[in-house]
Amino acid sequence: MSAGAPKPLGRAKVKLAVHGVSMAYPAHDKPIQVLDKIDLDVREGEFVCIVGPSGCGKSTLLNIIGGFVQGTAGEVRIDGEAVTGPDRRRIFVFQERGVLPWLTVAENIGFGLYDLPPAERRARVANYVNLVGLRGFEDAYPQELSGGMKQRVEVARALAVDPDVLYLDEPFGALDSITRLTMRSELLRIWAAEKKTILFVTHDIEESVQLADRVAVMSARPGRIQKIVDVDLPHPRDLSDPRYLAIRDSIFEEIGIAHRV
Amino acid sequence: MRDLRRWLLSLSGLAAFVAVWALAVALSSTHVVPSPWRVARGLAELAVTGALFKHTIASLFRVTWGYLLGVLLGVPAGLLLGWSGRAARTFDPFIQLFRPISPLAWIPIAILWFGVGDPPAVFIIFLGSFFPITVASMNAVANVNATHINVARNFGLSSYQLVRRVLLPAVTPDLVVGMRLTLGIAWLVVVAAEMIAVNSGLGFLIIDSRNAGNRYDLVIAGMVMVGLVGLGLDVVMRRVERFDGLRWSYGAANTADAAEGARP
Repeated sequence: MSAGAPKPLGRAKVKLAVHGVSMAYPAHDKPIQVLDKIDLDVREGEFVCIVGPSGCGKSTLLNIIGGFVQGTAGEVRIDGEAVTGPDRRRIFVFQERGVLPWLTVAENIGFGLYDLPPAERRARVANYVNLVGLRGFEDAYPQELSGGMKQRVEVARALAVDPDVLYLDEPFGALDSITRLTMRSELLRIWAAEKKTILFVTHDIEESVQLADRVAVMSARPGRIQKIVDVDLPHPRDLSDPRYLAIRDSIFEEIGIAHRV
Repeated sequence: MRDLRRWLLSLSGLAAFVAVWALAVALSSTHVVPSPWRVARGLAELAVTGALFKHTIASLFRVTWGYLLGVLLGVPAGLLLGWSGRAARTFDPFIQLFRPISPLAWIPIAILWFGVGDPPAVFIIFLGSFFPITVASMNAVANVNATHINVARNFGLSSYQLVRRVLLPAVTPDLVVGMRLTLGIAWLVVVAAEMIAVNSGLGFLIIDSRNAGNRYDLVIAGMVMVGLVGLGLDVVMRRVERFDGLRWSYGAANTADAAEGARP
């Protein structure tokens, strides 16, 4: 399943295709339209961020793509196959709430590896414990960990089953700003090493421009994709680079907020 | 040292109560309510004749069987009702209707069905345990974090694995608390149930001491014993709540900072 040598994303095949996805919740007078005919293609190995104001339906969209929620219209296809439910090849990373409190760090990371022989499972777990920098905490319970460490456990657990796609729903939203910056560069390091397709939902415009190959900007109520912005800058990105700033500002303008405080 | 002070503080409350009791009895020169001293002598008398031991064992025996039956049937029933919306809609009205009926209201029916002796008492304790533990188990399932269920679905767990690896561990802390509270209820119920239809147990001891000669010293001695055993049961169940497999579920929030500091 590996993509092999890095190739320009423009020529990579479409991994994930969202066609005309809508979502409406029933209400007493008329249904509340949360998502309105969303179209989005994500190529293999691509890092795409979805940004938008709170309540624009971006989390709902990610839950539909992940197969946890059924949209009221449209379809999601992955490798040409329609998504009907969650799947082990595509792991959803929750905002650190997905860590299971009754399992230790090592047991959490090995959670999805139940069909591997024990020796192989141990080796895989040790590998991902190292990758996310949790050596020495294997036997700790989540409640003994900080928020950032719990988030790493979730990321490691997701990577351990070697999925093709990762869905991240505001994964760093609950972290303090310093930890958040560290986690961003760690995620980029892991992405470069593991070559996953990543779909990342955030309300933080800066975060999206620092991370993504492309940023899908959503508008509020009903949620629509207003614009897709290419971020054609090499990693690591220089946050004072005029091109970085120009892209960031164009998204601020697109959403219609002044970026001076 | 601090432990000793805490103990002394707890004991001083009890001592003050006993002192007020003794004083009140002495000042009122009542002959009906016994002094603490006479109750202590009554307890000693019961202990020496072996009656105290015999009646305590009889009560514990009934509670054990009634409670175990209640837990063995109530926990699976509650988990099922909590998990399946359809089962809940079918059986919830039944449970909500029967739950407010005191188990003691069942005494006539229990005697009708089971005659006299242990079976009706065990049945009543079973009823007194079954409804609380069923409701506690339903609530435990309702409290399971939906994200954890989504994690299980995402990693492709079968239904059996989902129950074993996610649902059961998630509900265990709430279940253990529910079992402790239910045991307290069962102990409340046994004493009342034993006042009718049996001739052993602490409830019988209390009612018999009054009927056979107004021995209120033995009545209160029996009450003291009920209190002590109930306290003992609660202490044992609290130990269970603290057992090692549940270490994850209780507060070590203060160690989070330590872990943060030790981060590489």
